[in-house]
Amino acid sequence: MNLYKYASPAAFYPLAGKLIPWFAIPAALLFVAGLYVGFFVAPTDFQQGDAYRIMFIHVPAAWMGMLLYVLMAFYAGIGWAFNARLASMMASAIAITGALFTFISLVTGAFWGKPTWGTWWVWDARMTSTLILLFLYVGFISLQSAIDDHRRADRAGAVLALVGVINVPIIYFSVQWWNTLHQGATIRILGKPSIAPPMLAAMLIMLAACWLYSIAAVLVRVRCIILEREQTAAWLAEGAA
Amino acid sequence: MNWSDFFSMGGYALYVWGSYLTTLVVLGAEVVLLMKRKKSLRRRNSRES
Repeated sequence: MNLYKYASPAAFYPLAGKLIPWFAIPAALLFVAGLYVGFFVAPTDFQQGDAYRIMFIHVPAAWMGMLLYVLMAFYAGIGWAFNARLASMMASAIAITGALFTFISLVTGAFWGKPTWGTWWVWDARMTSTLILLFLYVGFISLQSAIDDHRRADRAGAVLALVGVINVPIIYFSVQWWNTLHQGATIRILGKPSIAPPMLAAMLIMLAACWLYSIAAVLVRVRCIILEREQTAAWLAEGAA
Repeated sequence: MNWSDFFSMGGYALYVWGSYLTTLVVLGAEVVLLMKRKKSLRRRNSRES
């Protein structure tokens, strides 16, 4: 099988359509499982009471905001460097979902900050850099929609997305580099996580659910973008499903 | 377990349910808007052909 053929929107469109249920259905099941573990299995935290349960959506949403940004910049860069239409369309499709997860992480962070820190918002390194991430997404989306010519819009978006990537390690390391109100990382790649196993399980299940959800949403959106941009293409007229 | 204890979230109901409700509204809106976008494109394409 030649995988490169799927770099063409015409070949990718039906493949994406077949893949969507394989991501959407497990995403829904994992959301239910993650919430069940998070609310009924994980014990109440001895310091934060039940307020800590915001973590099960806050942390996955924050990770998705950063990861989707890197993925968006990667696709935008590939689209720019190799003049690959589908990669640029993927970047546009990722942007909205990434922006929404970043927004969720900011709102749930405010809901968590109020009872634990006594404030909805502070201009602290992590929160400020996450707000900048949201602005980068919004900038990418509005820049693309402001330019009528798709190829030029893709190039302009790619420059913005790639320059903005520098913000992602800043967010990630902000809690170490600056003295901040935000707590440090709970999960470490090396070494033991600092939370109880059911809490960790709920968070990881929710993270998996968010990933699968994002893939499904991006595939649906990229199919819409393909239809919108290639509406005059002959392959669509042939009734490709 | 008692349901009213569950919904009160140890006094943090506003913050916990506010967080999950926001998430539900945001992701729910994304799904609904995506489905609408898909449907209107499909309608347009079937009219043209």
